[in-house]
Amino acid sequence: MRPLVQTLRALLAHWRRHPVQLAAWVVGLMLATALWSGVQALNTQARESYDRAAGLFAGAAQPMLVAREGETLTDDVFATLRQAGWPVSPLLEGRVRVGEQALTLVGIDPVTLPAEAAAASAVDQTGFELAAFLTRPGLTLAGPDTLQQLGVEPGAELRLASGALLPPLAVASTVPPGTLLVDVGLAQQLLQRPSELSRLLVADDPRWQTQALPEDLAERLYWQHGQSEDDLTRLTDSFHLNLTALGLLAFVVGLFIVNGATGLAFEQRSSLLRTLRACGVSGRQVVLALLFEVLLLALVAGLLGLLLGYGLAALLLPDVAASLQGLYGARVAGALQLEPRWWLAGLGMSLCGALLAAVGSLWQAARLPVLGLARREAWRAHQQRGVMLLALLGGGLWLLALGLFMAGSGLVVAFAGLAALLLGAALCLPGLLSVAVGIGQRLARGPVAEWFWAEARQQVSALSLALMALLLALAANIGVGSMVDSFRLTFTGWLDQRLAAEVYMNAEDAEQAEQMVEWLVGQPEIEAILPTGHLISRYADEPLELNGIRVHDTYRDHWPVQQQLADGWDRVGTGQAAMISEQMARRFDLAPGDSLTLGLAATPWLLQVAGIYADYGNPRAQMVVDLDALMARAEGPLRQGFSLRLHPDAAPQLVERARRDLGLEGTAVIDQASVRNFSEQVFERTFVATGALNTLTLGVAGVALLTSLLTLTQSRLPQLAPLWAQGLSRRHLAWLEWLRTLCLAGFTILLAVPLGLLLAWCLVAIINVEAFGWRLPLYLFPEQWLRLIGLAALTTVLATAWPLWRLGRQSPATWSKVFAHEQ
Amino acid sequence: MNNRIWLSVCLLLLAACSDGPDRTSAPAQQGFAGLGLAADAFATVERGGELAFPQDHAAHPEFRIEWWYVTANLEDREGRQYGMQWTLFRQALTPDGGLGHWQDGQVWMAHVGLTAAAEHWHAERFGRSGGGQAGVTTEPDYRVWLDDWSLQSVTAPGSPERGDPLEHIRVQAGTDNLAFDLVLQTDQPLVLHGEDGFSLKSERGQASWYYSQPFYQVNGTLVLGDGAERNVHGTGWLDREWSSQPLAPEQTGWDWFSLQLPDNERLMLFRLREQDNPDSYFAGTHIRSDGSTRPLAPQEIRMQPLETTRVAGRQVPTVWHLEVPVINLDIEARPLNPNAWMDTSIPYWEGPIEFSGSHSGHGYLEMTGY
Amino acid sequence: MLEIYQVSKSFPTPQGPLAVLQSISLNLAAGNTLALTGESGSGKSTLLHLVAGLDSVDAGTVRVGGETVTGRADADRARLRRTTIGLVFQQFNLLPSLTVGANLAFQARLCGRHEPAHLADLTRRLGLDGLLDRYPEQLSGGQQQRVAIGRTLAARPQLILADEPTGNLDEATGDAVLDLFLDEVRASGAALLMVTHSERLAARLGHQHHLSQGRLESRS
Repeated sequence: MRPLVQTLRALLAHWRRHPVQLAAWVVGLMLATALWSGVQALNTQARESYDRAAGLFAGAAQPMLVAREGETLTDDVFATLRQAGWPVSPLLEGRVRVGEQALTLVGIDPVTLPAEAAAASAVDQTGFELAAFLTRPGLTLAGPDTLQQLGVEPGAELRLASGALLPPLAVASTVPPGTLLVDVGLAQQLLQRPSELSRLLVADDPRWQTQALPEDLAERLYWQHGQSEDDLTRLTDSFHLNLTALGLLAFVVGLFIVNGATGLAFEQRSSLLRTLRACGVSGRQVVLALLFEVLLLALVAGLLGLLLGYGLAALLLPDVAASLQGLYGARVAGALQLEPRWWLAGLGMSLCGALLAAVGSLWQAARLPVLGLARREAWRAHQQRGVMLLALLGGGLWLLALGLFMAGSGLVVAFAGLAALLLGAALCLPGLLSVAVGIGQRLARGPVAEWFWAEARQQVSALSLALMALLLALAANIGVGSMVDSFRLTFTGWLDQRLAAEVYMNAEDAEQAEQMVEWLVGQPEIEAILPTGHLISRYADEPLELNGIRVHDTYRDHWPVQQQLADGWDRVGTGQAAMISEQMARRFDLAPGDSLTLGLAATPWLLQVAGIYADYGNPRAQMVVDLDALMARAEGPLRQGFSLRLHPDAAPQLVERARRDLGLEGTAVIDQASVRNFSEQVFERTFVATGALNTLTLGVAGVALLTSLLTLTQSRLPQLAPLWAQGLSRRHLAWLEWLRTLCLAGFTILLAVPLGLLLAWCLVAIINVEAFGWRLPLYLFPEQWLRLIGLAALTTVLATAWPLWRLGRQSPATWSKVFAHEQ
Repeated sequence: MNNRIWLSVCLLLLAACSDGPDRTSAPAQQGFAGLGLAADAFATVERGGELAFPQDHAAHPEFRIEWWYVTANLEDREGRQYGMQWTLFRQALTPDGGLGHWQDGQVWMAHVGLTAAAEHWHAERFGRSGGGQAGVTTEPDYRVWLDDWSLQSVTAPGSPERGDPLEHIRVQAGTDNLAFDLVLQTDQPLVLHGEDGFSLKSERGQASWYYSQPFYQVNGTLVLGDGAERNVHGTGWLDREWSSQPLAPEQTGWDWFSLQLPDNERLMLFRLREQDNPDSYFAGTHIRSDGSTRPLAPQEIRMQPLETTRVAGRQVPTVWHLEVPVINLDIEARPLNPNAWMDTSIPYWEGPIEFSGSHSGHGYLEMTGY
Repeated sequence: MLEIYQVSKSFPTPQGPLAVLQSISLNLAAGNTLALTGESGSGKSTLLHLVAGLDSVDAGTVRVGGETVTGRADADRARLRRTTIGLVFQQFNLLPSLTVGANLAFQARLCGRHEPAHLADLTRRLGLDGLLDRYPEQLSGGQQQRVAIGRTLAARPQLILADEPTGNLDEATGDAVLDLFLDEVRASGAALLMVTHSERLAARLGHQHHLSQGRLESRS
């Protein structure tokens, strides 16, 4: 034990003398841990929110009865079914506003609530207060995040925008974010829908799902299985995988820093290690001490990183939540709630990462010969072998990437291919840099220039890790940036096509739809009224958006159709054909001319695929069919709407009049410009988090460069001092050092551009198709590259300036010590 | 049903029930299942009141607790004995009657049990009268229900003259493993216990309104665990009771007997127990064949457990020695099935018995608080 | 060639400033050789560094070839080292990234006095002919020091400063290298100031001075 402790003390003393190196080590791991755990925190939070949403009423598994079109579900239906022995439970759902916040108010009956519904445990959590929930004034149950979002404490009584007062709030962690749970009777009062119910939940017991409904009710109700909430998990998987991939990239970049610092510290301490061995410390003890040291440092850095990661996640959460809401309509709690598991996992990741980064040094320490000290292995041969090996490894990874892209399918495989591609490129970097430096060397004239390039060649290996980090970060930035901008361009163009009508109206129910029609026929400026009907159904067990339309020239002229049969739209008009979205075509391998069968009602609906259209940004499969045919077959009510053609200048007045005359609000009537605006906003917010993570990764690469140089400049003095002695001023040398680093970094930056483009292509052509089901055309944005190159160059300049400025500023005494001391 | 929720419901509903053999942890001050809670703002049972029918067959929401309790001793064609229990409890969460509709503050609990010599089935349900899931109606027909478990008066076709709604009733219930559909009929009058229905439960004045119909002839069908339907007949007994604090705070349980004596006489006996005093209070009613009654004073009754059976982890007295000297009664009562345990959210023992000695016959035994 | 006048130098230590050199004065004419001896820590390397302009004096003046070293900017002192002064160190201080050939030519090319014929001659005499394409770490200590000497002499400095040039070599190698070194210095006509702790080596130079506790004692 004592040798171990003494060894550890001797090892740790090194860091006291090299605080910058220590800082590099800790900062590297800290950043790696922070970015990774921050992303994980975001993912965990979002997933937990979906689980709560899906679980509130046992999610997809929970069968429900809802009213058919034109019917209203009331308490009587509930009572009738209960008295016939049906295990149904009433539920009323509505939107309410509290101040600026829009919330979902859900009324339940805890007494009949199926046991498998999470709402049951929400009520359960309040324990002894069930009586309070059932009687006046009642209780409002909400998730802790909702309370935080509203800025209120348990016990508070919220006033709705309608003026009604909610009963006191109580916390129940299983209630999804943005949801208030009250007794069903209270909900009827608060929503001013007396005796009305939205749905009847049916206990998940197969016996009842095969039972025929009482005759008079069978005409009024129909079964609804599986709400879309459960699909959220699957739909959002790709989004989270994207985040995870970015987080992992940042982690790897951070590990480069740790690896560099560990390697340098090992180099500098090799004589110390030999001395220790000579003094009688066993090799195993040395390795053990080193291992212990790594774990100790990793623990500290990991904890700091977790704190930082928490902060990062808290900072990004609003954007991620907005993205998820915009993309998928998923509600994510706006306040972080993390479990101990997250902290442990983050720390574990940090420790594993540190071990991974240190394994090379530990291996070397284990094999260090006690007396083989006289000659260091010739660096040149060593380096050349290393560069070759890395290049070979990199080439192997590229082959692997190629194989994965060609043979594999699925998002995870695609990401694995991408990872192999990026890592392979990074590993080839030292080789490419060596070649570039060799060219410089050949072209160099004059002793200083020759020395400059010769030195550059030697530094390639010292800086290679930091430069790899820079390459990866920049390539990722260019790749993701190109993808996002290509997406933006495509999306905007697509919006132009898709939003052909000047005004859109959406009816709440059939009654309102009728009012709208009446009103619309009286508006002289309207050139055409295109009725639409919307329905969420399922196809091959996946959610499917069904859009019913009446075929019109507007669709023929504007709909973003990619390929279609001759007279495609006319076929749709017959009710026997459909236009399907690109996502749907890809997912189910459908082409124009193919047939598919929808199981809408009891009778299957055979449809021919008349064409395929682009439907960017929609995670669900979508289909356009004839409205009348859809109405005839739909079991439930359609969500009805109208697309209106008129002179664009008349649109704002029409919207205003419609709002006034029909008492419409919000998106019930909206003009084209507003829809476009809204869609573009959603788009922008979707990529805010991606952009932020990207920029942070570039920042980490900058830190990697900074720390590498900080540690490097310490070891540079012995190489520079002789030149100083031979008459080059310290300032001159510092400039040369700086210039050399900039050359290497500059070359790396140049290499990052083609790599970034390759990455962008992979994202657009492979990842997007796997993740979202659509393929984008790739556009090139040279000004964006210039901006990123400039950013990377600035990062590099800043990261290199300080250590080299320090180098130039070091006192002559420090320099001359090189001559007085053993190196 | 979610046990955890219902644990809490019952904790509230009946404020203090113990769910396990660890009975000592139950607050002794609340009586069994909270029945000893102070009446607070609820209506109280006052001596000297008068029951009126059919009005008092309906619910009394101003009182905290109320029940409809039907038991029957049945026999199938092969001579096999059965016991049937159908019970509906009403509990008011609030004395002010709530806001009406969903929020009327009334929570309902139903228990059904079927006992055969070797098996015992039971089930439990909950509901609220607010949504129409449970309740009592008197017009057009008398009906008491929770879901599809119901008790309703039967109006014979072609008999315009209506008697008391309880003279002719149909009792139904069904679950996954048991079902019954029985018709109970009598021409005997209702029986009021205690002083015209005012039934004292403690020396301290805790009381309930309590009347019975002990004279039913029963016919109908049972479906047992094996799914087979059996035609049965026998005798039945209905109890109606309501109060806001039927027990004294210290009273932890009771032992209740309904006995069908020879010559169409009936006897109801109960003993209330305290934690350290099993003989806290006695009461009973001797019912003659014409329906006239003689209330029995506490000192006129002796009830002595002879044997206990280990049921659901508790020692429950299942064989009893009963003495009522004023009517020369000295009998020993044995259960048809000693394991007739109602493992409901408020667990208790309830099952058919046989007795012999000075008198012999069938009856029902209910024991709570063990 | 070298004039040192009243030079003092102290280093800060946690216990207060430590006077390493106190009012040192010394002259060395062109073509002369001088050995500076002293115990470890006597300040002889410090004096050498002051002369080379690698460090600055607290007080006093150093002049090399008529040019004042002290009080000059770093760039000027660097120029002086490039053109006038040659340095040979105990640790050889070769440039590890350059080949032997490049190392040898380095300083001469730096100051614009690279004469391939002269260098070739020097290389031959130093016995480095077969080693020009190697890298420093592939050489023995004696070979490395010979490269360092060649590098210095190739630039034709007027004043050569040597700090224990043979201190890292075994005795036989050291003597051989020193012989070569002195021969070449004399042939070039440069002045030599050599720091050594060895009286035996010091005796081979024209003049000997001894540094003790920061003061100079003349021995010649």
